[in-house]
Amino acid sequence: MPDKKIRVLIAKPGLDGHDRGAKVIARALRDAGMEVIYTGLRQTPEMIASAAVQEDVDVIGLSILSGAHNTICPQLMNLLREKGMNDVTVLLGGIIPEGDIAPLKKAGVAEIFLPGTSTMDIVAFINKRYAPQA
Amino acid sequence: MPTRDKDAVQTVPPAETKDRQRVPSAREREWQDKTLKPFLEKSSERLPEFTTISGHTIRPLYTQADLPGFDAERDLGFPGEPPYARGIHPTMHRARLWTMRQFAGFGTAEDTNQRFRYLLAQGQTGLSTAFDLPTLMGYDSDHSLSEGEVGKCGVAISSLADMEVLFDKIPLANVTTSMTINSPAAVIWAMYLAVAEKQGADWKKISGTLQNDILKEYIAQKEYIYPPEPSMRLVIDTLEFGAKNTPKFNPISISGYHIREAGSTAIQELAFTLRDGMEYVEWALRRDMKVDEFGPQLSFFFNAHSDFFEEIAKYRAARRIWHKAMVERYGAKSARTWALRFHTQTAGCSLTAQQPYNNVVRTAIQALAAVMGGTQSLHTNSLDEAWALPTEFAATIALRTQQIIAHETGVTNTADPLGGSYFVETLTNEVERGAWDYIRKIDSMGGMVAAIERSYPQREIAEASYRYQVALDKKEKIMVGVNDFVSEEKPLDILQIDDTVAQRQAVRLKKLRADRSSDEVARRLAALRKAAAGTENLMPHLYEAVKAYATVGEICDAMRDVFGTYEEVAIT
Repeated sequence: MPDKKIRVLIAKPGLDGHDRGAKVIARALRDAGMEVIYTGLRQTPEMIASAAVQEDVDVIGLSILSGAHNTICPQLMNLLREKGMNDVTVLLGGIIPEGDIAPLKKAGVAEIFLPGTSTMDIVAFINKRYAPQA
Repeated sequence: MPTRDKDAVQTVPPAETKDRQRVPSAREREWQDKTLKPFLEKSSERLPEFTTISGHTIRPLYTQADLPGFDAERDLGFPGEPPYARGIHPTMHRARLWTMRQFAGFGTAEDTNQRFRYLLAQGQTGLSTAFDLPTLMGYDSDHSLSEGEVGKCGVAISSLADMEVLFDKIPLANVTTSMTINSPAAVIWAMYLAVAEKQGADWKKISGTLQNDILKEYIAQKEYIYPPEPSMRLVIDTLEFGAKNTPKFNPISISGYHIREAGSTAIQELAFTLRDGMEYVEWALRRDMKVDEFGPQLSFFFNAHSDFFEEIAKYRAARRIWHKAMVERYGAKSARTWALRFHTQTAGCSLTAQQPYNNVVRTAIQALAAVMGGTQSLHTNSLDEAWALPTEFAATIALRTQQIIAHETGVTNTADPLGGSYFVETLTNEVERGAWDYIRKIDSMGGMVAAIERSYPQREIAEASYRYQVALDKKEKIMVGVNDFVSEEKPLDILQIDDTVAQRQAVRLKKLRADRSSDEVARRLAALRKAAAGTENLMPHLYEAVKAYATVGEICDAMRDVFGTYEEVAIT
């Protein structure tokens, strides 16, 4: 297969340490054939944006359960734009109230996955976006 | 630094209970041949294998054959007597119900003080404080890393001034308070003791619980600041200080809750928690403390997940293991040291964002397991917790759930109502055996701190959590409303945290720093740094520092200077 693997950065921003979701997703995406880089805990938007550039990723998956998403996501989107990472797909998973979903998508988050999402749905979403052109 | 996770994950297989020789009676064999087999030929079972939510295999029927050599008086004892399988009090819930202790905290100290007083007015019998992430991580509300997090997951407490507001008009002499905080636990406890002193409450009489369990932070919840060695020292400092000064206060709540929430099995939750408890005991003994002086103040905290019988077996096994360990490993002589007391919280991770009203039912069943398993105190989750912190409406239903169990169901009428059930006794034995396997494995690694440094429990939990997710994705396990029985529903009204919390906290901190004696603060912090570099107990220094209104961030920074900080190896 000449196709390049889809590269994904799984990031856990903010002060929260609940990393069950981030780790499960990292492993599921890897099992689905993607190249996964996990940042570990307590990453600032600056650290995530820099890692995304350095690792030249296609997708950034953020896991936020602490309610800080409205602060973190717009900051990260601005930093990615500044760094010219306009094509990167930013996905968000976690505890996100419904009222926050539309503004986050407007800020540039491609999709938001709520508790209970099957990892297969996330894999399918990414594959659809990056499916090799026939 | 990002770490690449291409290295193969090396884990030890989960502790499976050994297949034991099961010798059915002649009558049971006859039932199998004449009744069961012909029936199964016509109508097969629904699943190829039946397992608990933890993946533990369950047989189609339990009989006397599953309990060879079972001796109820020896293996269970009587309530209030070793080995405490049937509960730690002779009368259990007939004399006294468990403490209904709902975890609450959001916004500023004023906001949470109001919720506390509301809950007490609704018949709640103890307080339980949730702190926000900056407080849990030892940062003041106005620190740059606190941005977006102030007052979100709990109440923002940056100094004694906030703590005074939090407990305003709440008499600490009469109300027992639990505080869920770990790395900065000693600092927050010093503040609590200072408020108690200002209220004129006698330290010898005040009661409550500090979570203060750093080991499970490295294992599961990951809210650590300092490396294990100085963190353990802080914990032992509080045990030592508590044994002398606050005999009715539990300076630690050794917690399996977060281990389970991180995705562990029931057996892992039990084993890692109890091995954590043994680790604290061993560190305290190394400081020449006597096990029967601090042992009675050790308390535990378990999860109540959805697999009803597995949970009940877990609580019963917990008491039996702890008793055995205290007697055989540490030579404890006092019954108060032997008896494992525990708080329970229903499983947050079992709640669904979908069809959220179903969460009331899940929580009720989980709470019932905790009560029938002999809990001393209980938090029931609110229906909206997969979306946000609970509204007053949702929190009230959660409290009412406990009151219904206590007063309407009749399960409190007798001690250990499931004792003697073939199934429950077998499961209790199996859970206990599985936990001992893990405990001995961790012993062989050199103890829990050593095991954590090798990422052993972390990997075991990550494996179990992934296995469960795969089972859900394949629909081998069903979550109603999530991977089956799906339907559309209207969004809930959820609690909105006021956006001005961080700003109000920043203003308050600025004023605090202007009003206090900065010389006094500097002197107290210097004394703390000096003591931290030595070996003396830090509690008196922390107490003086908080009374001078040094902030959580300043105090934690002083210790960061001396202790350094901890970074885990990120595994996936």
